[in-house]
Amino acid sequence: MAGTAPLTAHAVPAAREVARPANAFAACRALLRRDFTLAWRRRGELFLPLLYAVIVAALFPFALGPDPQLLGRIAGGVLLVIVVLAMLPALESMFRTDLDDGTLEQWLLAPQPLALLALTRVIAHWLTTVLPLIVVMPLLGALLDLRVDVLPVLMLALLLATPLLVLLGAVLSALAAGARRSGILLALMLLPLAVPVVIFAAGAIAAAQSGMPYLAPLTWLAAALVLAIVLAPLACAAALRIAVES
Amino acid sequence: MDSTAPGWDNTGLHAMIPPTATAAPLLSAHRLAFLRNDEPVFGPLDFSLGPGETVLVEGDNGSGKTTLLRVLAGTLPTASGDVRFDGRPASRDSRNGRVLWLGHRSGMNAALSPRENLAFLAGLYGVRAGMTAARAMARVGIDAWLDEPLGTLSAGQKKRVGLARLLLLPGAIWLLDEPYANLDRHGIELVNQLIAEHCATGGAALVTSHGAVQFADRAARRIHLDN
Amino acid sequence: MSRNYLPHWLHWLGSPPNFYRFAGAVRPWLLAAALVTAVIGLYGGLVLAPPDRYQGDAYRIIFIHVPSAWMSLFIYATMAVAGLIALVWRIKLAEVVAMECAPIGAAFALITLLTGSLWGRPMWGTWWTWDARLTSELVLFFIYLGVIGLYNAFEDRRRGARAASLLALVGVVDLPIVHYSVVWWNTLHQGSTIVLTGKHSLFGASPEIALSMLWPLLVMALATHLYFFASILGRTRVGLLSLESGKQWVRNLVAEPDA
Repeated sequence: MAGTAPLTAHAVPAAREVARPANAFAACRALLRRDFTLAWRRRGELFLPLLYAVIVAALFPFALGPDPQLLGRIAGGVLLVIVVLAMLPALESMFRTDLDDGTLEQWLLAPQPLALLALTRVIAHWLTTVLPLIVVMPLLGALLDLRVDVLPVLMLALLLATPLLVLLGAVLSALAAGARRSGILLALMLLPLAVPVVIFAAGAIAAAQSGMPYLAPLTWLAAALVLAIVLAPLACAAALRIAVES
Repeated sequence: MDSTAPGWDNTGLHAMIPPTATAAPLLSAHRLAFLRNDEPVFGPLDFSLGPGETVLVEGDNGSGKTTLLRVLAGTLPTASGDVRFDGRPASRDSRNGRVLWLGHRSGMNAALSPRENLAFLAGLYGVRAGMTAARAMARVGIDAWLDEPLGTLSAGQKKRVGLARLLLLPGAIWLLDEPYANLDRHGIELVNQLIAEHCATGGAALVTSHGAVQFADRAARRIHLDN
Repeated sequence: MSRNYLPHWLHWLGSPPNFYRFAGAVRPWLLAAALVTAVIGLYGGLVLAPPDRYQGDAYRIIFIHVPSAWMSLFIYATMAVAGLIALVWRIKLAEVVAMECAPIGAAFALITLLTGSLWGRPMWGTWWTWDARLTSELVLFFIYLGVIGLYNAFEDRRRGARAASLLALVGVVDLPIVHYSVVWWNTLHQGSTIVLTGKHSLFGASPEIALSMLWPLLVMALATHLYFFASILGRTRVGLLSLESGKQWVRNLVAEPDA
């Protein structure tokens, strides 16, 4: 295979001649396509968080007794915590392979805003690892006797809270990418950032359960999400630069 | 050249510029030094890289060859001195897209095929005129592996995929860290050919090697780094 | 090159050998002053100040609790500022200061939590309550632990310091949000918490706090600040020594310790 016949000069395009210049839109699309392909290659792994969530949700009735009223009262908060915990393992490895195989170096040298690539990675991560968790929420809600009229609020709260958590988690994951592997470290760092998110998401669910207006906490979550979409990718880019500068 | 233009579309500047053009060099360094834990790793160095030029960075293990290339690529901070791209101070704007980096790590995902990896990088960097992933892979002689997962390729084949990346992506300045590592005799010859062709079309390359025997261009300038 | 913007003396102090000598000279005095003020403050608080009308002698723990709480925030601010300097100007001294702040701040946060819990036992009849202040302090403690954990997870200590400094800055944004969300959460679940009047009046510096209680508190606050400065100087000295081991000035120091 090593037969490398010298080509004539015109077969190699000029070093400074560009057919398709780089543009940010194409870069995001290429990154999304790449991440989806990778997720598809490892689709077996995508079921693990789902399995984890189902197992934990199924354990609660055994621990607390099958009283539908008690379960229904705590179901919203329990499911919220389960989702947060199920997200953690995937968050930990969000940038680690890319750092190890040198892909992040290529990100840094590309004529693209690093923060935009980080945001795209967050979107791909949320779609592939978190969205399935939200999709199975009705099933888990049924396991725990969650009231049917509370379910939409739970879903809405999760739709706002989980992208926020992935954005925050991306910053932490980028910070920890250059460190020795340590899963509990990410949980420790995420806890302080997750507290407000959990409070407002759970606040909306609790309000819906007691028949009170639940829009205010959801609005706070949405505002925080908008803020995080702007700020978190910048912090994430700074963290990625630190990770690559070893 | 309009340096404030978005992107860096240099189609106006064609490859036919002779190396002796009076324009600013592609890359220049002035009194460039790097400190690790306050100990000088290399420098101060002065050099420049014009279109069509190749510079070989020599030195023993630990003399800072990789560090020098990483400082130029911007993945390590400059300790002191000044790096310029096309006469403009080094920054993400002036550097990114101008530089292609080939290092010890492949920069590609092992679970994806060369075609998928190259398509992703083409999305980030754009594509050179007249190039496709398949053509680049054919040029480095491993087009048969275009759709195999990268992880199943040998170290030498992975290196060749890295070379295909250099051919596919635009970027006049090649920073090649030990490009001959893991390559057989033909592969070494291939690297030398690719560098020569790149320089013949107006590109430039900065190449590190601890054993300069593989390097073909006897006339090329050299930077020697001491311990 | 950015260092030119810094005042000259700061530049001088930024050099590890200079800082080492300066810190070594100043630290004993700070420590002595901290000790003296602490003795005065504790005497004023535990002996001279009268018992509280409602809480009796149990309130006296505030002379430890409140200065610790103040310090846990003050040290966080110091750490964040040093971290910012470390990230922007890459000054080694700032990295060391930021990272050495974290354990001291965590210790003060822990003291605040423990004394708060001790105080809560006679006051509320429970060791722990999810009061907004205590919860925020707990979160602050966890942020400190995160910074320490991240720093120690790196092989390369300077890179670890930079990553942990960025985390500390993220915490600066997070802390007020945590505080307000916890307050909101607390009002939402009003029934399960106890409103603390005595403590709040102290923070608000309401007129009912007697001067005889206020001055020992302020003296204790001074003492904890002095202790922190002495402690950070000492810790930074050690941190610099281990970072710079192998440097000529450290070798000289080992050769003639008195020089």
